[in-house]
Amino acid sequence: MRIGVITFPGTLDDVDAARAVRYAGAEPVALWHADHDLKGVDAIIVPGGFSYGDYLRAGAIASIAPIMTEVVAAAGRGAPVLGICNGFQILCEAGLLPGALVRNAGLHFVCRDQRLRVESTATAWTGGLTVGQELLVPLKSGEGRYVADAATLEQLEAENRVVFRYAGGNPNGAVADIAGIASDDGRVVGLMPHPEHAIDPLTGPSNDGLGLFTSVLRATASAA
Amino acid sequence: MAKVVVDVMPKPEILDPQGQAVAGALTRLGVSGVTDVRQGKHFVLEVDDTVDDETLERVAATLLANPVIEDWVVTRA
Repeated sequence: MRIGVITFPGTLDDVDAARAVRYAGAEPVALWHADHDLKGVDAIIVPGGFSYGDYLRAGAIASIAPIMTEVVAAAGRGAPVLGICNGFQILCEAGLLPGALVRNAGLHFVCRDQRLRVESTATAWTGGLTVGQELLVPLKSGEGRYVADAATLEQLEAENRVVFRYAGGNPNGAVADIAGIASDDGRVVGLMPHPEHAIDPLTGPSNDGLGLFTSVLRATASAA
Repeated sequence: MAKVVVDVMPKPEILDPQGQAVAGALTRLGVSGVTDVRQGKHFVLEVDDTVDDETLERVAATLLANPVIEDWVVTRA
């Protein structure tokens, strides 16, 4: 299986995302923001960082980069897409996920190991996890506070599309402790914390994050 | 050529911690009586005659502002 990892100007975590893909047993494929070419990948990761310097709004400029036209089209065909941190912001700005990420309540940039509770395994990226399971993964963001209007929140909850909630305290004021959500078909997932930094205890707080990357292998294998 | 101004503000229901920080700083400066501050963005566009109001609205709604969290006003100066 080949998983594309997009690099925008200002992306930071493409190398760790590619490493996580390798650890999971798949082949990472570098994708470039200015191309219209997805290189035939089976799934796509939009990694974290500060694409385009967070100018205008975090993720706003990246969401209309040439490669994102192809990502939106691929998502429409059911390709699994994972947005991490800035990638989550980009997917919201691109309209692939509802709501928005705004500046943390309290204004502090939060950088810490964060506990997450798995709320849904009905997605391409969490099928190998267990509902109620807790993951310990790094969180590092200044604009990580998830917001959405009441109707959207009601729909997300009713359709079981809240995928991760913060556990042990809400770090940024996100509504309903929401750390990650999914599209209505469960193929697109976005989350603020960084599972790609928690794939090996040598370099992260745990290997809890690896489960997202191994889950997508199962999801595409069963789809094929 | 004409000048167009687009003002973008966080929706009233969206917490604006930056505005709150500014309000707090005013207190420390010794200014009293400012009960609330909300921080937004002010865009000034130079446009030629081919850019109609509909296009300007599209520019504001799809790029300059995020309708999920922000309101905007387009004004031809």
